[in-house]
Amino acid sequence: MAKVPVQFTLNGSEKAEFVESGTTLLNALRDKIGDTSPKGGCHQGTCGACSVIIDGELRLSCLTLAETCNGAAITTTSGLAEGGVLHPLQRAFLDTFATQCGFCTPGMIMAAKVLLDHTPNPSRDEVVEALSGNICRCTGYEPIIQAVLTAARANSQNAA
Amino acid sequence: MALALQTFPTVKDANAALKAAGTRYLGGGTLVVRAANEGDVSVSGLIRSTDPALSAIAVAGGKARIGASVTMAAIARHPDLGALAKAARAVGGPAIRNTATIGGNLFAPAPYGDFAVALLALDATVDTEDGELPIEAFLAKRDDSRAIVSSVRFTLPKADGFRFLKVSRVKPKGVSVLSIAAVLERAADGTVSSARIALGCMADRPMRAKAAERALKGKKLDQNGIAAALAAATEGTAPITDPIASAWYRAEVLPVHLGRLLLA
Repeated sequence: MAKVPVQFTLNGSEKAEFVESGTTLLNALRDKIGDTSPKGGCHQGTCGACSVIIDGELRLSCLTLAETCNGAAITTTSGLAEGGVLHPLQRAFLDTFATQCGFCTPGMIMAAKVLLDHTPNPSRDEVVEALSGNICRCTGYEPIIQAVLTAARANSQNAA
Repeated sequence: MALALQTFPTVKDANAALKAAGTRYLGGGTLVVRAANEGDVSVSGLIRSTDPALSAIAVAGGKARIGASVTMAAIARHPDLGALAKAARAVGGPAIRNTATIGGNLFAPAPYGDFAVALLALDATVDTEDGELPIEAFLAKRDDSRAIVSSVRFTLPKADGFRFLKVSRVKPKGVSVLSIAAVLERAADGTVSSARIALGCMADRPMRAKAAERALKGKKLDQNGIAAALAAATEGTAPITDPIASAWYRAEVLPVHLGRLLLA
């Protein structure tokens, strides 16, 4: 199978790789580039564990072919912390005990980040809607919703 | 098995490449890449087109033309497509809506394809490389279609003339138990002058509830007026059975939800 070049920005760093044509972005990120923060859950677009942000939009890396991302700016959860300081969403997930096994957490954080980027002070319903494509089998969702609302409050306090 | 993706600047060139055995057209990827991920070895090559016309939305004179690559998210946020926003938002979570296209929705097997149910109620026209087809004819023959869908056209419904409902077990978003879309026109006395009702999950693809449509004509939208339509709602249906619901359950609850939609 012919390999094709892919080039994109991942968490602010230029990346260039050769992948087999038809490789999903999820496999390219995890197996070629070494960013294992997006998780391969269902590979059907159902669980949201592989969620990443592509050019500002929440996307599922398991359904996205890497070669369609040429020139794109991709954000994953591994790129959120700066200089060892956790992103407010990561801090809020820890503080509110919003992770148990942790498998869904990077996808949840990506979905929440897109929400807060566009809607800094979301209502609870908006948080629920934003997370509606992400499945968690541990927490019962309530702590996750609280984490996103907590992060939103922390952001607005910092901005004030 | 790996896939080979070929990208073409025009739909015409992509359509020529789609003649090769084992190829499928790649829209957003929610159907085709999923199939490949699940081990569907019948797919060996993917074809796509980056033709800008595929991503265009044009609304003028009460009519809409939506390019096949337009996503559910783009429809949901378009200021002139407000009547369809509810149906577009009914598809998946945010990430799916950023990916799933209107063209792909026409091919989504039940329990998916809620937006195609809306398009069927709207009596949309499907433009393909081989010409245009009424959506009903297109859906009937979609399994054999090798012509790339380029756009979907329809007349925008009046503000209160279009109704859509999706029933899911998981809130706020889940796979359909069923979905219903209806375009209703009423005479000055409040009676229904024309009705077009489309159902999702009541067959392997969206279908019309023609008996219910006939039963609604000339009737008022009240408990007595809709009774005959509800009694006829399941006529001609062959609901799917899947982990969400059995065919029996879908048939049992269809009249209940159709009633709620008509009385809303």
